Amino acid sequence: MPDLLIELLSEEIPARMQTRAADDLRRLVTEGLVEAGLTYAGAAGFATPRRLTLAVEGLLAASPAVREERKGPRADAPEQALQGFLRSTGLAKEDLEARETPKGEVWFAVIEKPGRPASEIVAEVLEATVRSFPWPKSMRWGSGGLRWVRPLHGILCVLSDEAGTEVVPLEIDGIAAGDRTVGHRFLAPDEFSVLNFDDYTTKLKKSKVILSAEERAEHIWADAESAAFAQGLEVVEDRGLLAEVAGLVEWPVVLMGAIDDGFLELPAEVLQTSMREHQKFFSIRNPKTGRIEKFVTVANTEAADEGATILAGNRKVLAARLSDAKFFWENDARAVRSHGLKGMAKPLEQVTFQHELGTQAERIARIAALAREIAPMVGADAGEAELAARVAKADLASEMVYEFPELQGVMGRYYAKVEGLSDAVAAACEEHYAPLGPSDTVPSQPVSVAVALADKVDMLTGFWAIDQKPTGSKDPFALRRAALGVIRIVLENDLSLSLDQFFDAGLLSHKIAINQPEAAAEDKEALNDILQDIAEHGVFGAAVRTIRGNVGEGFVADIVKAVPDKSLDLLEFFHDRLKVHLRGEGMRHDVIDAALEMPGSDDLLRVVHRARALQAVLETEDGENLVQGFRRANNILQQAEEADGVEYSYGPEVKLAEVDAERDLFKALDQARSKISKALETDDFSVAMGAMAELRGPIDGFFEAVQVNSENEILRRNRLNLLHLIRDTCGQVADLTRLEG
Amino acid sequence: MDASQTPPNCFQDVILRLQAYWAAQGCAILQPYDMEVGAGTFHPATTLRALGPNHWAAAFVQPSRRPTDGRYGENPNRLQHYYQYQVIIKPSPPDFQDLYLGSLAAIGIDASMHDIRFVEDDWESPTLGAWGLGWEVWCDGMEVSQFTYFQQVGGHDCAPVAGELTYGLERLAMYVLGADHVMDMPFNDPASAIPLTYGDVFRQAEQEYSRWNFDQADTAMLFQHFEDAEAECGRILAAPADDPKTGRAIIMVQPAYDQCIKASHLFNLLDARGVISVTERQAYIGRVRALAKRCADAFLETEAGGKAA
Repeated sequence: MPDLLIELLSEEIPARMQTRAADDLRRLVTEGLVEAGLTYAGAAGFATPRRLTLAVEGLLAASPAVREERKGPRADAPEQALQGFLRSTGLAKEDLEARETPKGEVWFAVIEKPGRPASEIVAEVLEATVRSFPWPKSMRWGSGGLRWVRPLHGILCVLSDEAGTEVVPLEIDGIAAGDRTVGHRFLAPDEFSVLNFDDYTTKLKKSKVILSAEERAEHIWADAESAAFAQGLEVVEDRGLLAEVAGLVEWPVVLMGAIDDGFLELPAEVLQTSMREHQKFFSIRNPKTGRIEKFVTVANTEAADEGATILAGNRKVLAARLSDAKFFWENDARAVRSHGLKGMAKPLEQVTFQHELGTQAERIARIAALAREIAPMVGADAGEAELAARVAKADLASEMVYEFPELQGVMGRYYAKVEGLSDAVAAACEEHYAPLGPSDTVPSQPVSVAVALADKVDMLTGFWAIDQKPTGSKDPFALRRAALGVIRIVLENDLSLSLDQFFDAGLLSHKIAINQPEAAAEDKEALNDILQDIAEHGVFGAAVRTIRGNVGEGFVADIVKAVPDKSLDLLEFFHDRLKVHLRGEGMRHDVIDAALEMPGSDDLLRVVHRARALQAVLETEDGENLVQGFRRANNILQQAEEADGVEYSYGPEVKLAEVDAERDLFKALDQARSKISKALETDDFSVAMGAMAELRGPIDGFFEAVQVNSENEILRRNRLNLLHLIRDTCGQVADLTRLEG
Repeated sequence: MDASQTPPNCFQDVILRLQAYWAAQGCAILQPYDMEVGAGTFHPATTLRALGPNHWAAAFVQPSRRPTDGRYGENPNRLQHYYQYQVIIKPSPPDFQDLYLGSLAAIGIDASMHDIRFVEDDWESPTLGAWGLGWEVWCDGMEVSQFTYFQQVGGHDCAPVAGELTYGLERLAMYVLGADHVMDMPFNDPASAIPLTYGDVFRQAEQEYSRWNFDQADTAMLFQHFEDAEAECGRILAAPADDPKTGRAIIMVQPAYDQCIKASHLFNLLDARGVISVTERQAYIGRVRALAKRCADAFLETEAGGKAA
């Protein structure tokens, strides 16, 4: 069985597209081959900056012949039916066979498709693949019409087996396939021919090309580490950069150089970011001092002077880059020393955050007010939280962050220290953005927590106030991430917070800010009264009073009345995010629903505690049976209530109990209810669920011994009231009717 | 291939060698366009000639102005007025990369000693309604050229495709000559009777223009000139092609395109004066693009644009 080797040689392929392209080539060609009947044993795709390569092992030498039989019309069918059948099979009448069947004589067509040689199929499949290749962006060149990621120069396409190597005859837009390729652009530019995949990789390596991207990456990493290690240093890990650099070179040569002394005092993050973004250098750290002292660059060539010229050039470029960074750092630090971070934040008054939601400065003021009120609930000092919120985004106006947006927050932390602000405030500058993704660390410092929550709540309520919530895959302001951030901050810090008040306050202040500029004079006055109320009684208190208070009719009332619906809608959005989050932790979705049905569901920590307690009990045998018993009680009760049109919520009387099992249930319910109510005083949902689970035996015993729908109407009513007590008792942690089962 | 064994010794030597090299490759060596432009791409020899079916090969130095980059002559490598070297060949030759590497060798960059890399960089000019794919070319970690295969100009597909090279001459020459500050770079042969540095030629001009660009340019006048240029561009293109005086059809594409270039530069000046807000910015860019688009449409109606005479 032959092996297939394909190489598409082009001008430099963008690094970020290579891995995907190698995979697409493998997938598209092998799918095409299989569809044409050519199965294979194995296939692998490779990419370098200049080539996409596919190796297929154990391909069939030809596709198998196919024999297909098709049943046609009866022999005595009208001529039209026969003609139709001939058209659909492509045969003539004399090719058909007439066969006797139980239904009479019927025409049969036997279609023989002969097998085709692999080379014919490969040629077709490869041409179709090249012509429809899914590059993220492709181009034309010269006078041709073919599209490729960059100009395509050569096609190598050979089938090989023990007998020898055969070039697959193929030509695409004037490029004829052959068995030849070239080596490294500078080190081995001559053409050579190849026999098969092994021969190809060996000759490529001799021609200074490492075919596999993983091998190039390993090589880079190992050389960088040993160069650093030899001088008692370590490489700062950066997998993204490693993958990118491996896509920029065919023959990686690692060179390590020193950073000029004048730049070593720059923050490590600045050095790292500047070197990575501009130069694609790895940072080399001194483990003793934590400072970045050297860099590693990866050249694509072995220079005659061992890379001395290359290294000198790179150092020079780096020095120019770092001079810029140093200039920004010094300017920013000078600005902070003379006007503080608040002074630095001044230009944010001119920067629009979102046209309906005002400027960055207005947003910061709102966050500061919220942070101040959240502070005591999360154990932070109100004044410190407010200060932190006021300065946390000041670095957005710094020169450094203008140049390197990814350093937002990090620079704020450094500049806060330059100003001499507390560690807590400095930390909040960086941490209030967190968590940025599902795996990012959640802030735990109280001041950071207060600012982080205020930041996210302001953002979410703002976009809710202007009806810009995420839809489908569209979430341009990353609101889902913000909500998940709030959820994780609350849960991981064990914060029991009633989010409703946050939402009401945020929505109200946004609504006022949006509507005030265009309000009529007297409405403006009314809105000002609300703002006054907020100034005197705090955001939360005033928001709740305003929304629940009597605001009458008209413009102001319309604004205020819109808040509760939006607040509820935002809470539902949080519940959806919470469900996604908890399902990720392996929580049953119906368990989450059961917990969310309970009052106070804006306190997400309580919701989660309820759900965890319920899930834990459901995993026991008692718990599972309790739910069966509960369901049975609930069903009987519901039917009776519907039939009788009454609610059986009078307390049952133990004196009407007939048998021991019934009396036992009374006793058990009594005990359970007192245990449960005691546990619920401290929100101990596990103990409460445990007490419920103990009812499983008595409930089972009751149903075994007693018929609820007794002939005796007094007994029946008493028992239905007893079932009601079961339902009431078991519904105190979560709504068990929401459970599936 | 090596034009000379000795490396260049001054700024103009780098330019002269590029001129000689591309002349030897068959390019017409044009002179700079006599208008203020932000980049060599604005030269009609690039923008307009990239359109239509006619073949084309040209190379030229183009003085370029970026008012916001002015640093009063103090920054080692930022200037509000600098030079670009442009090569434009249509259709792009199959060995365009090798030709380019040959030009580096001609100015003393020997590929066996340096690390030359083609790093993805897609080019887009929102004001010209143009885009292409290609790379920035790195030499030892420094960007020395922009290498682009034009795909669209003025909203029209380029067929055949033009290949365009842009060298930032000061930066490239500084690297080749080992100069750390642009103003210290020798402009002519340092052994000349009257040796001149780049600073001798341009430092004072950088200071004067920086002041004017940032603080003194009369913005009301610039806004008015922008309106005038836009109006004139539209008027010229709307004029009937038939010229009553000569009795010929003469579409006035280049005069119109001059006004488009003018509008673009006026926008850059206004931007440097900080009088264009973020929201207005897009609108102004859109107005210039509309002019460029109309010029491109009109060029395709002319003989140089491939219309049969």
